[in-house]
Amino acid sequence: MEPLLTPEIRSAIGRSLPPLKVEVHRSDIRKYAVATGQRLRKYTDGDEAPPLLLFGLFRPVVPRERMRPDGIQEDTALIPVLPLKRIMAGGVETEYHRPIRAGDVLVATQRLVELYEKEGSSGPLIFIVTENRVETEAGDLVAVERTTRIAR
Amino acid sequence: MPQFAKLKVGDALPERRRTADTVTLFMFNAAIWNPHRIHYDHPYTTEVEHHPALLIDGPLIGDWLSQTVLEWLGEDGELTFFRYSNRKAAYVNDEVVTGGNVAAIDADKREVTLSLFVRDKDGDNITPGGARVRLRA
Repeated sequence: MEPLLTPEIRSAIGRSLPPLKVEVHRSDIRKYAVATGQRLRKYTDGDEAPPLLLFGLFRPVVPRERMRPDGIQEDTALIPVLPLKRIMAGGVETEYHRPIRAGDVLVATQRLVELYEKEGSSGPLIFIVTENRVETEAGDLVAVERTTRIAR
Repeated sequence: MPQFAKLKVGDALPERRRTADTVTLFMFNAAIWNPHRIHYDHPYTTEVEHHPALLIDGPLIGDWLSQTVLEWLGEDGELTFFRYSNRKAAYVNDEVVTGGNVAAIDADKREVTLSLFVRDKDGDNITPGGARVRLRA
């Protein structure tokens, strides 16, 4: 069988986006805390962010006309156009160096770490691994997050 | 609230039952700015993508699992590493149980490694995970 990942697609491995800057607002933390059912006071009050708030913090915000019909905001600047379109969550692993607090201004550098394919029980799968390295504006390391998504 | 000196490999973390209804799915996807229709558009999800029902976001289940660690830890230490892997889908209104146990203890570094699970009604571990925490002296 022909590989799904052509040399052209694979040439995207290793590329990164220019750093993204995000300010963390107390109201964002409080909304996330309610949505996820947090019970610790530091999270429900919004003083400190639950560690996994990081997952959504640097997600793309694109105009409506650039969303796909399924609602996915394709981040083609980092991930190349793939021959498989249905995206599922794969998992995340993160090293934490410092808590995220209300008022923090964070800078993230996102990189496409890996693309590989596997034969699943219902057909081929492409695994997309991205890394999000997050620092404070002063350059202190906050977290390094590796996310795997699966296209089928 | 773990007391480091008393911890043993195999000690269980308190379990917690979790479920997501449509309101929870709405709030979570708004909070992470995720417009993917499989989390709120029932006709699209079942008729176009052929899922049995709306899907609970993998990262929401991951967050629930992290809370098992964070609530056990309280103010006695810090989370230094956390991972989860979404292996099987969970659907709106499904009930799952999060939990885990102590997998390893490093007395010199005061570090504890945890092995974590999210169990569904079939008894399957739908989201295995792991964490490392450092307890304060």
